[in-house]
Amino acid sequence: MDIANGRTVKGTNFVNLRDAGDPVELGKLYSMQGADELVFLDITASHEGRKTFTELVERIAAEISIPFTVGGGIHELSDVERLLKAGADKVSVNSAALKRPELITEIADNFGSQVCVVAIDGKQTEDGWKCFLNGGRIPTDRGLFEWAKEANDRGAGEILFTSMDHDGVKNGYPNEALRKLSEILTIPVIASGGAGKMEHFRDAFIEGNADAALAASVFHFSEIPIPELKQYLCSENIPIRL
Amino acid sequence: MKVAIVKYNAGNIHSVMHALKRVGVDGILTDNFEELKSADKVIFPGVGEAGTTMKYLQERNLDKLIKDLKQPVIGICLGQQLMCSRSEEGDTDCLGIFDVPVLKFQPQRHEDKVPHIGWNTIDNCKSNLFKGFDKSEFVYFVHSFYVPVCEWTIAETDYINPFSASLHKDNFYATQFHPEKSGSTGERILKNFLDI
Repeated sequence: MDIANGRTVKGTNFVNLRDAGDPVELGKLYSMQGADELVFLDITASHEGRKTFTELVERIAAEISIPFTVGGGIHELSDVERLLKAGADKVSVNSAALKRPELITEIADNFGSQVCVVAIDGKQTEDGWKCFLNGGRIPTDRGLFEWAKEANDRGAGEILFTSMDHDGVKNGYPNEALRKLSEILTIPVIASGGAGKMEHFRDAFIEGNADAALAASVFHFSEIPIPELKQYLCSENIPIRL
Repeated sequence: MKVAIVKYNAGNIHSVMHALKRVGVDGILTDNFEELKSADKVIFPGVGEAGTTMKYLQERNLDKLIKDLKQPVIGICLGQQLMCSRSEEGDTDCLGIFDVPVLKFQPQRHEDKVPHIGWNTIDNCKSNLFKGFDKSEFVYFVHSFYVPVCEWTIAETDYINPFSASLHKDNFYATQFHPEKSGSTGERILKNFLDI
């Protein structure tokens, strides 16, 4: 869920929600439907927006009984501390870690690796997969696999990989890159961005060897109901919580 | 009912408070000896490192207090590990309620990732803690160390090797997984504990 000023952005079309813009309501619904974990990403950058987000994290922690990760605007240890104190189980760091990799080490040393999800936005270039900053707007020289390995070695607990070539296209996850990540890393890899149909989730697990798959719009727009998806994955012999 | 949560330098204590509230109980977070002794139920949560946490408990005599409690007590995650005899994490002497060591996961294959993070089933459940369970239920785990299957095991999980998902001896209960993060299954386990 992308959050701006305490509300879920990107539309939703749920009929059974009192308030589809309230992340807590939506999170509760997903949790009831069988989501295994939730991710809330703060896309406001202002100081005021951050305060609202922290208050939201407190409400999520009070009302939702499954693990959740929060990200966006985390630059230093004090940001992590504030969000964990508010009740988040994990934090996801992206650009700030790419700019200052020590952040990963600091989080792992202070709060444990299980708290530290490193999100990477990647894109295939002429020179192979490269990492991008600021939600994929700014290219860097860092190679995807090399950075993922460094994050792993610095103490990241999980890698959340989004391919900018696949995100929003609904043509499936970047399975080849996912498989390579899973081969070189010793921590779980979460596939993010690209799901358009149920088969795409299966492929991410089987072809991409991903440990988990994240999706947003197919759930927000009720294109793929979570219970049906999980039944389907189970019938494809993928171990999953029902 | 008075439910006390042992207050110490561990993470996730607030998650436990919230989970209790969701099952209709207001827990008290305290390190006061009288409060803990007089509670009907005591919860000993924990996310953290064994060595520093034991040191913290010893400095405040909370180690002895926990061992001497007579009412139902449940340790969660690091709480379960600290209730055992010794942990390979920092080679730490623990409370010794369960006379079994805590071992570090030894990955056998590349897929064996440590820490073990995620949902797994619990099986061979044999305790009131799992009352009403008629199939393998999924619960949420986050840990790098485990308690082997032993005479006090009341639920098992297999990850890398079979280990104790839950322990019970006299008035002491423990879970390696996090009931406070395990959705409705976790809430049932907490309710069952409160009903003991």
